[in-house]
Amino acid sequence: MSNTMNGARILLECLGREGVDVIFGYPGGVTLPLYDVMYDHPIRHVLVRHEENACFAASGYARATGKVGVACATSGPGATNLTTGLVDCMMDSIPIVALTGQVSSKLIGSDAFQEADTFGITRSATKHNYLVRDIKELADTVHEAFHIASSGRPGPVLIDITKDVLQGQVHYTPIHEIHLPGYKVVTDGHAGQIRRAAQMMWEARRPYVYAGGGIIAAGAHQELRELVETLDAPTVCTLMGLGALPGSHPNFISMPGMHGSYASNMGMSDCDLLIALGVRFDDRVTGRLASFAPHAKVVHVDIDPAEIGKNRTADLPIVGDAKKVLSKMVRVLRELEPEMAGAHAEDRRAWWRQVRGWQEEHPLEPVFSPDEIKPQHLMHEINRISDGKAIVSTDVGQHQMWAAQFIRFDEPRLWLSSGGLGSMGFGLPAAVGAQMAHPDKTVFCVVGDGGFQMALPEVATLANQGLPVKVIIMNNGYLGMVRQWQDLFYQSRLSAVQIEAFPNIELLAAAYGIRGRIVDKPSELAGALKEAMETPGPFLLDVHVTPFENVYPMVPAGAAINEMVLAPPKPVPVPAK
Amino acid sequence: MLMTISLLMENKPGALMRVTGLLSQRGYNIESLTVARTLDPTLSRMTITVDVDAKQRAQVIKQMNKPVNVLQATDLTDAPAVLREMVLLRVRATMENRTAILKEAEIFGARVVDSSVEGFALEATGDSEKLEEFIAVMETYGEIEVTRSGMVAVSLEAKKLRLAPPIPKAHGEPAVPR
Repeated sequence: MSNTMNGARILLECLGREGVDVIFGYPGGVTLPLYDVMYDHPIRHVLVRHEENACFAASGYARATGKVGVACATSGPGATNLTTGLVDCMMDSIPIVALTGQVSSKLIGSDAFQEADTFGITRSATKHNYLVRDIKELADTVHEAFHIASSGRPGPVLIDITKDVLQGQVHYTPIHEIHLPGYKVVTDGHAGQIRRAAQMMWEARRPYVYAGGGIIAAGAHQELRELVETLDAPTVCTLMGLGALPGSHPNFISMPGMHGSYASNMGMSDCDLLIALGVRFDDRVTGRLASFAPHAKVVHVDIDPAEIGKNRTADLPIVGDAKKVLSKMVRVLRELEPEMAGAHAEDRRAWWRQVRGWQEEHPLEPVFSPDEIKPQHLMHEINRISDGKAIVSTDVGQHQMWAAQFIRFDEPRLWLSSGGLGSMGFGLPAAVGAQMAHPDKTVFCVVGDGGFQMALPEVATLANQGLPVKVIIMNNGYLGMVRQWQDLFYQSRLSAVQIEAFPNIELLAAAYGIRGRIVDKPSELAGALKEAMETPGPFLLDVHVTPFENVYPMVPAGAAINEMVLAPPKPVPVPAK
Repeated sequence: MLMTISLLMENKPGALMRVTGLLSQRGYNIESLTVARTLDPTLSRMTITVDVDAKQRAQVIKQMNKPVNVLQATDLTDAPAVLREMVLLRVRATMENRTAILKEAEIFGARVVDSSVEGFALEATGDSEKLEEFIAVMETYGEIEVTRSGMVAVSLEAKKLRLAPPIPKAHGEPAVPR
């Protein structure tokens, strides 16, 4: 094979060398040269039905594997449609590389057909972005993009490539070295700080581990487990960190924050040492920041120095990769154990008694009714089938919170949820990405009736690819979380939250040539889920749940996290409308 | 408070956009910004003055160090550094006050860069406070027009520039054609 090739082929060559096996994309005018090369290229292309979902699918792939996901779109509207997915990855630190076509160099700035300033538009939506106008820069750029996306604090990188670069010819030699002089990532963690942190951990009477998405990004779940077990500390995992410590682990309390469990939030509020690992003190976790963990000293480990001290001052900051830092920390903890562990043993036993007491006082327990399927009942059933092992993608809203509360994850990279940005429409395309990565794993896509319709076009992708995703629609007929806030804080003046004209899912599924079922009786729920599991290929299960059910516990906006509302303040009124 | 940042950055397309975009994204108000190439034409030096809460200064520097193309962002607010700004000022002068204006300009170390029957164009450099006084004084003589350069700064400490080494790419085999 001659080494002179066009830009499109160089691009795919570089992707292949980065280990890419699948691209989620949508073709268009300026990406024609690329799709021409893809025609008989071994890298698979999954045709999504909307570019936003290309990003979400790449994100689902990346979340489920830890590898860089790849999304592809054409110029103009293709590129602008990617932006929600890019920001989503930015907020959740998910490594993806987005490829966009751009009009030919000569036409840039002329308001050409399907021209948009993708480079400018995506500046704040990406960790880094590129506009390639010179074919000689293409190969370096691709390898730089993968390096930036996957190293340090992971994130999305976009490469905008002009059509003349894609179709231009040049002699290609593989790149063996890239130069990013300004891109400095501290991974090791300061040895002295790690030792001091370990000392603080043994000195604490009420230590509490607050673990987040950084543990999963770093692949530090084993190290986290060793730390938690060595220290025997109660541990909460954030929405992004579910699965960082197995949900069945005795030290795992629950998720903290706005819809966290009573024990999780009380523990945060009463601990004297908060061991914050790969977290960013998000407002949905901290509630009113001034009252957050008021008695605690804070050890904060993060790979992004800008996260340390951003929201909460750290008494002991450590910048580094969680895997490296925690593995050293465990070593020092064990070294200090004989000498230091005994000091506060009695206080620590009392601390555990208190945490267990909170758990017993207000446990997270599913609600059942003989007449209606309760949303919590649904999540309980999914949890029973999953048994801590299935991949679960969600959308955003009430169902997401109930899923987080009731579905257990015994491994990392099973729980795929849009955390920081809270993008509805994420669940279905994310499930596409995850199932492409893990064809043999059970993938549940748990969505609301609102978010399902936002991502509706991707049912075609499921059918088209024959992906056996089990789509479970928690259908309460409302945009439930918005309604919950209208209920609680806007005198139940329900405005624009009722979703009428939801399609008949059995007919809809049939229209796509796949199986679907509606279930509304609690007695039939387990059987319906069983049918979904036993049916080969995709399945749409529309579960009609109690319309007026709200998520508790709830920390109202602006409250401290120990000021939880544990149950509905009054019977939730059914509005006359 | 006003914070002065010196920023060394790769001179690549969009460099200025990245910096100004980041500042506005994080809610930091830009008071002034200057940018030019350094001796090494592949690099740019920016001097940025932002109005931020004093407690935020460390966070601002961390944020400014984040873009991939930024080699170094330094807080010069309390550091040993020389900070200078230039002002170009046009003042209308009457036959009666021409001498007084020139006298005043001399006190501030300003140079006359243009002189006409209408008045003078003056050039002055200094720190912001001095220039503000200069402008205030010139205003008393009548109508003026002012253009300020924004702050430029040079650190008086040799701060070691730490650069990331080249990254080897360990490649898998290229994908095999079907």
